[in-house]
Amino acid sequence: MTHYSISIRPFGIHAVLIEWPNEVNEAILENILQFQNHLKTSHLGEEEWEMIPAYNSLTLIYRKAPINFAEFEEQLKTWYAQLEETSLPQRFIWRLPVCYDLEFGIDLNSVSEKLEKDIAEIIKLHTSYTYTVYGIGFLPGFMYLGGLPSSLEVPRRAEPRLKVKKGSVGLAGKQTGIYPQESPGGWNIIGSCSVSMFDPKKKEPCFVSVGDKVQFYSITKAEYDLYKIEGEVGIYKLEKTKWDA
Amino acid sequence: MLKVLKSGLFTTIQDAGRFGYLNKGVPVAGFMDTASAHKVNQLLENAVDSAVMEITMTGPTLEFDSPTFICIGGAKHSVTLNNNPIGHFQVHKVSPGDIVSYGKLEKGFRSYLAVKNGFKTDKILGSRSLYAPVTPKSHLEDSETIPYDSCEVFFPKIVELKVDSVLDNKVLNVSKGPEYELLGDKQLETLFFQDFTIANENDRMAYQLVEHVEGHKVSMLTSATLPGTVQLTPSGKIMILMKDGQTTGGYPRIFQLSDNAISILAQKKFGDTISFKLT
Repeated sequence: MTHYSISIRPFGIHAVLIEWPNEVNEAILENILQFQNHLKTSHLGEEEWEMIPAYNSLTLIYRKAPINFAEFEEQLKTWYAQLEETSLPQRFIWRLPVCYDLEFGIDLNSVSEKLEKDIAEIIKLHTSYTYTVYGIGFLPGFMYLGGLPSSLEVPRRAEPRLKVKKGSVGLAGKQTGIYPQESPGGWNIIGSCSVSMFDPKKKEPCFVSVGDKVQFYSITKAEYDLYKIEGEVGIYKLEKTKWDA
Repeated sequence: MLKVLKSGLFTTIQDAGRFGYLNKGVPVAGFMDTASAHKVNQLLENAVDSAVMEITMTGPTLEFDSPTFICIGGAKHSVTLNNNPIGHFQVHKVSPGDIVSYGKLEKGFRSYLAVKNGFKTDKILGSRSLYAPVTPKSHLEDSETIPYDSCEVFFPKIVELKVDSVLDNKVLNVSKGPEYELLGDKQLETLFFQDFTIANENDRMAYQLVEHVEGHKVSMLTSATLPGTVQLTPSGKIMILMKDGQTTGGYPRIFQLSDNAISILAQKKFGDTISFKLT
């Protein structure tokens, strides 16, 4: 079991921030999730503590009373030192259907020009990698995905759009992702995902968790329309496979 | 039921907030000025997290269809009950057909109206706080109805609260944020020895300030943010995240506001000034 050098800092009186080395690295994310799981199962009640993992950090929040930082820091250090290879909650690889028709992929032509690749090649590249969910934030259900090939790196649009449609799949720098609802945005839009990434009517409104993986696959407009309807009436079956590191 | 005859500028229903979904990107939401919201609930002997109406700047006109008791507080509006002025932080009885009407805003920005036992709108993900897209809408609209349980008899233990108002205070107590150490002497001097003006861009998500400080070139990995987190953008703009603020961010988090400082800031509007004090 690798133990990293971690830093523990107060974040107001109700939160503590634990940071791992400043890198985008799957082994670090794994270590963070193991520590989070260890805290949840052995030390910090899930009802009272909220935990936000993201890239190289884990933020612990306790609202009921101020945290005694000095004391808590020592406890965390001890707990981290005691951390052993533990099993994590089951993680999944989600296969998400994306329609890359020009109707949705409104920036496909400009991305094609910028990358000097034809559209078919862009779609092939985008669908042949597996992306890691390093964080969820910015908007409810928005995934920060790592693992985009450098051949798909394209700068953000110079002029952000005031409205990007819900479900839009975008590229920006080293990132790719899905807009979980309509919002302003500056990413290059290459398609639309028919699956809703955030549904407040469900007890678990966002099926993806930090540490999961995501793959995109290309669907036709007809399939997109069908999956949308199936999603609305609640009979669409998401494709997922269990994944263990 | 309470009928919203006129909804005002931005009138919303808020409780203590939505907990347990930060790891899915869902902001806490909830009372912006928690201090005032707690007091109106306290006077009615409600649970502290009971849902109240949060009224921003221009208030609503409301009609009650069953008896209850109400309490108003927070920002000072001239408020009438059937055209008779009513006081803040006092318990008032309302009867079927009574009309509460908000007039001129005299001081502050956000006012709270509580009913006995709280508003009974639908809970979504454990909370009644309106926040789109978790809830279909983020604020109330004209002619909407809001449910509450009627209450005929109530003898309040305290009928009036003399309050240490958050309205007059303009000093925001802050603690060091995770990236505080990135600040240089010049930035620190500006931050602690200057007053800042609330910019036009201010809402339940974030408050921006007119004055900037020296920028920076720090690039960091996205990490958690909280209500009250003060972020510094590369161009030197200061953004203070509030209750509907995003749950993660990529800008250095230089300060964290105290709980009471969030309440103080929630009562500030465009053009008001504040200052920071390290505690």
